[in-house]
Amino acid sequence: MNRPALLMAPLLLFLLLTFATPIAAFLWRGVSDAEVAPVLPRTVATLADWNGTALPPEPAFAALVADLRDARARDRDTGGGSIARAAARLNADRPGFRGLLPMTARRVERPFPGPAQDAVFAISEDWRDIETWGAIRRAGGPLSAFHALTALDLQRDATGAVRPVPDNQAVFRAVLLRSLWISLLVTACCLLLGWPMAWLIATTRGWANTLLLGAVMLPFWISLIVRTAAWMVLLQKEGVVNAALGSIGIGPLTLMMNRFAVVLAMVHILLPFMVLPLVAAFRALDPRLPRAAASLGAAPWLVFLRVTLPLCLPGIGAGCLLVFIQALGFYVTPALLGGPNDQMLAWFVGFYATRSVNWGLAAALSIMLLVAVGLCVALYGRLAGFRRPGAA
Amino acid sequence: MARGALWAVGLLVALFLMAPIVAILPLSFSAGSFLFYPLPGLSLRWYQDFFGSDFWLPAAWNSLLIGTAAAGLATLLGTPAAFGLWRMTGAFRAVAMGVVLAPMVVPVIVVAVALLLAFGPIGLVATHAGMIIAHATLGVPFVVVTVLAALEGFDPVQLRAAAACGAGPLRAFFRVCLPQIAPGVAAGAVFAFATSLDEVVVALFIAGPAQRTLPRQMFAGLNDSISLTTTAAAALLVGLSVLLLLTVAWLQGRGKRQAGG
Repeated sequence: MNRPALLMAPLLLFLLLTFATPIAAFLWRGVSDAEVAPVLPRTVATLADWNGTALPPEPAFAALVADLRDARARDRDTGGGSIARAAARLNADRPGFRGLLPMTARRVERPFPGPAQDAVFAISEDWRDIETWGAIRRAGGPLSAFHALTALDLQRDATGAVRPVPDNQAVFRAVLLRSLWISLLVTACCLLLGWPMAWLIATTRGWANTLLLGAVMLPFWISLIVRTAAWMVLLQKEGVVNAALGSIGIGPLTLMMNRFAVVLAMVHILLPFMVLPLVAAFRALDPRLPRAAASLGAAPWLVFLRVTLPLCLPGIGAGCLLVFIQALGFYVTPALLGGPNDQMLAWFVGFYATRSVNWGLAAALSIMLLVAVGLCVALYGRLAGFRRPGAA
Repeated sequence: MARGALWAVGLLVALFLMAPIVAILPLSFSAGSFLFYPLPGLSLRWYQDFFGSDFWLPAAWNSLLIGTAAAGLATLLGTPAAFGLWRMTGAFRAVAMGVVLAPMVVPVIVVAVALLLAFGPIGLVATHAGMIIAHATLGVPFVVVTVLAALEGFDPVQLRAAAACGAGPLRAFFRVCLPQIAPGVAAGAVFAFATSLDEVVVALFIAGPAQRTLPRQMFAGLNDSISLTTTAAAALLVGLSVLLLLTVAWLQGRGKRQAGG
């Protein structure tokens, strides 16, 4: 009977069109290169069997001239900007290309006597640099590790050897580590604050229980932007906290645009995701088991370590992973409450996609983010199983 | 003794959770224009500012319109899918479940940037349709999960009974199953609406000036110097959230009673 599959079909089709395909197409850009090959097809073909230790031979220069003449004519006919797009891609590898390629295209248009090499050298000395040609070869596609390497602060030279980028250009490993560190810190704080709260909720009855649960559920429902706004109003230089501190002669303190504010607000936003699974775990705990251990002579810390903790571990793990996964993808809160050194992976994905229009790097960073999230989800599946619906 | 310490910590955590929200609400009624206490006096001027402004009120309408349409679309797609998943077993169910829940897990920034890239060439960037489709995608897992939970309390034997009485599968679903799981379906729609109402990142990337939602407008307001109109908007959003929370609590209470009776 395939009626269930038929009922699912509209939603699966919808998600295929609005979710799976767009994401796949976007991520594909992180492992491919499609801007340069259509503009410089012959150059890329000539460079395929170049070893990268000395300047490429004359045919490569001739191919470059021929390719640029064709591309310029094509761009003029169709109004397309293929040369500009190729230049932008090459510029991501070798700064300076954004000007170099269009200028060279313009200057080789008129016929010239003698070998192509001399004419190209006359246009710019940059063409004497082996790495200029290396960049074209690296961008030849169709598959490419360039963006993935960039996202890991690595690069290839003209011979194809991989080495780390100079220290003053390395950013992304630090961003990855920072994202993991902030998420870990937030998870630890949530566990520390969430544990007593959850224990209290799990062991009280009546109105006290309703009140405590309400204190967790209400913020859970209030939108993230409102809670972030609340922290901004509290923490800013002329905000509630500084005004209160000022009245007792302290401050004003810089409480915002730093790591402290980011972690504080993220803990506030994610704490309910820790408390709710913990409450479920504590409620499922049979209270007779710790009591039995105690009656058999175990000290309180031993009861906790050997009985309570192991029994609650799946719930604790689920809560921690739920918080950690969400923390990794945070965008809005660090953007509003953090300084330049508190931005996480998500911010850089957005930055490279829109402000610097480097889709390849944005995609490579997204792949990094998704791999981290995927590992956590796999771990969550092992700990909690996928059968239970979410905390909501 | 230990219990007392536990209560102390618990109350501090409750205070930490509630205080920031409680602290900004009175500010929106301030007669002055400062973001601290004591208030110079009470007034509704910031609400007047909100309802008289050229961008806050349209943003509120956009939020309601996009949220309602996205919730409707998500419910329309999610309810039959949940019913299908409920009748399904084996490996295909696990895979389908994974696909349906994926929008909950994938970081929103990846969805936002991917949709910006995909919607660009087909003209859906900076349109209401694009925002509705995107928000429906993000809201649909909540509908499926909630309806599935409601179906747990529905006895499938009733469907066979309906079939024995001569009802076709469609009729059996609409006359027998749907009335019983209706609170769950409604709760799912509310979840989807709340997801849309909460959403900033997708709006940041694919909405144009004419599609600015309330959270998106707040983001813009928070990026410049914060005015008290922003706190009025925050207060209105808090009110709406409380309303949604109460609605879901009421619906879930009804669902339980129906399942019990």
